Amino acid sequence: MREKILGIIEKNSKMDLKELAVILGESEIDVANEIAAMEADGTICGYHTLIDWEKTSIEKVSALIEVRVTPQRGQGFDSIAERIYKYPEVNSVYLMSGGYDLLVTLEGKTLKEVSSFVTNKLSTLETVLSTTTHFILKKYKDHGTIMAKKFEDTRLIMTP
Amino acid sequence: MRNPLSDKITEVKPSGIRKFFDIVSEMKDAISLGVGEPDFDTPWHIRDEGIYALEKGRTFYTSNAGLKELREEISKYIAERQKVVYDPLKEIMVTVGGSEAIDMALRCMLNPGDEVIIPEPCYVSYVPCTKMADGVPVIINLKNENRFRLTAEELLEAITDKTKVLILAFPNNPTGAIMEKEDLEKIAKVVIEKDLYVISDEIYSELTFTGKHVSIASLPGMRERTIMINGFSKAYAMTGWRLGYACGPELIIKQMIKLHQFAIMCAPTTSQYAAVEALRNGEDDVNMMREAYNQRRRYLLHAFEEMGLPCFEPGGAFYVFPCIKEFGMTSEEFALRFLQEEKVAVVPGTAFGDCGEGFLRISYAYSLEDLKVAIERLARFVENLRRQQEK
Repeated sequence: MREKILGIIEKNSKMDLKELAVILGESEIDVANEIAAMEADGTICGYHTLIDWEKTSIEKVSALIEVRVTPQRGQGFDSIAERIYKYPEVNSVYLMSGGYDLLVTLEGKTLKEVSSFVTNKLSTLETVLSTTTHFILKKYKDHGTIMAKKFEDTRLIMTP
Repeated sequence: MRNPLSDKITEVKPSGIRKFFDIVSEMKDAISLGVGEPDFDTPWHIRDEGIYALEKGRTFYTSNAGLKELREEISKYIAERQKVVYDPLKEIMVTVGGSEAIDMALRCMLNPGDEVIIPEPCYVSYVPCTKMADGVPVIINLKNENRFRLTAEELLEAITDKTKVLILAFPNNPTGAIMEKEDLEKIAKVVIEKDLYVISDEIYSELTFTGKHVSIASLPGMRERTIMINGFSKAYAMTGWRLGYACGPELIIKQMIKLHQFAIMCAPTTSQYAAVEALRNGEDDVNMMREAYNQRRRYLLHAFEEMGLPCFEPGGAFYVFPCIKEFGMTSEEFALRFLQEEKVAVVPGTAFGDCGEGFLRISYAYSLEDLKVAIERLARFVENLRRQQEK
């Protein structure tokens, strides 16, 4: 049941318990208990809303920053990752394979804000060797959802 | 001037859905639950393969029976799913949708006057195709109390000296009924005893929600008596690609390929390349779609229960077939009023045979969000009707 619940609420966390129970063919209590258990053990870490900020009057700048670091003895990348993810303006931090070590995503109000974070905070960290900052120009698809256009039903209205 | 038309074609009645289609098309803001095809787009990797085939210039005829690699994939797929082995070179042909296969099979198997047993409610093409093949349709009216399954008794009653073919279409459009192994065994016994053949339209086989689909061809003694028809439309959401196939004994398939060669040449080449990809790498997509349909099915059954609308639990396809007899209206009257008052289009059960009277076909090839809106309106409509009845 866990996998099925997660499959649905990963896409639509707003679905109410009763409906979730109906479409899964399970009892409401079982579904509620399962979700509570997953919240308690950290399987479910939070509920977010996917927003197309371009539709609002709020200005946002998103950036991907590739970070190369020197791993520390006994701690690997964990402690430097922690130093970085503790900044509230940082959205995500991933340890990567390949040409760089950490991928940091960041959201700021202006270009200036992002660049000041990189120059003043990120690159001054002792273990950071170098950074490469990419600004996101347009989001076509995010979290499996296509932002560019709406689904249009082009089927014939009635077919046998 | 002479009448340009044949008597045969003028006697064939137009599809019962046509009339309703015209009315619905006039209404600009109507929402529809009347569509008989998936709401999903064809999975991207399958479309990509079609595009690639075009780019590569694979734009010529294929062999009449279809691409060899496609027939081999079909053979593997059927062997794995239905435990029936067909020789890809002699016992499988690729057709323009399942519809063509039905037409070809009937035309290759019937002599004038041969009777074809057609359990109704059913898909709209069986009766006209039988007539065009000079056969005589013999209708069995399936019953709600049997969950719209065919019983051996019903079949026996319909058989005469002239009966040659039985058309079985499960999971069923429009009822969503399925036939389980035990049900099919009883039918197979009669078919063998009475020396009949079966055209088994299994186009919805992948959309079986309660257990696994069983083909009648997999039962002892039935392989040589069955033309198994399937296709890509429903399982892989590929209706517009027009691709299906027929599997059966060489004796019959050979003649069907001959007719297909003269009438069609071959199924669309682009679609055939895409279909190879569908069979090789499409299983996850099928599973995802089946699960989505099943969730909607549960949602609808629950909604009907809440509004007190009787509906047997369908085990397959993407239709539910609720009963509206309590309102004292014909299916058509109900559907028309529902359309006018609530602007929701459903198909009257009678579009699929006279015994569909008192039922509606509601398709759940729609997103849950769309279904919710439509069901809210149905609940309101039903409540209003009941209030009017009380007065």
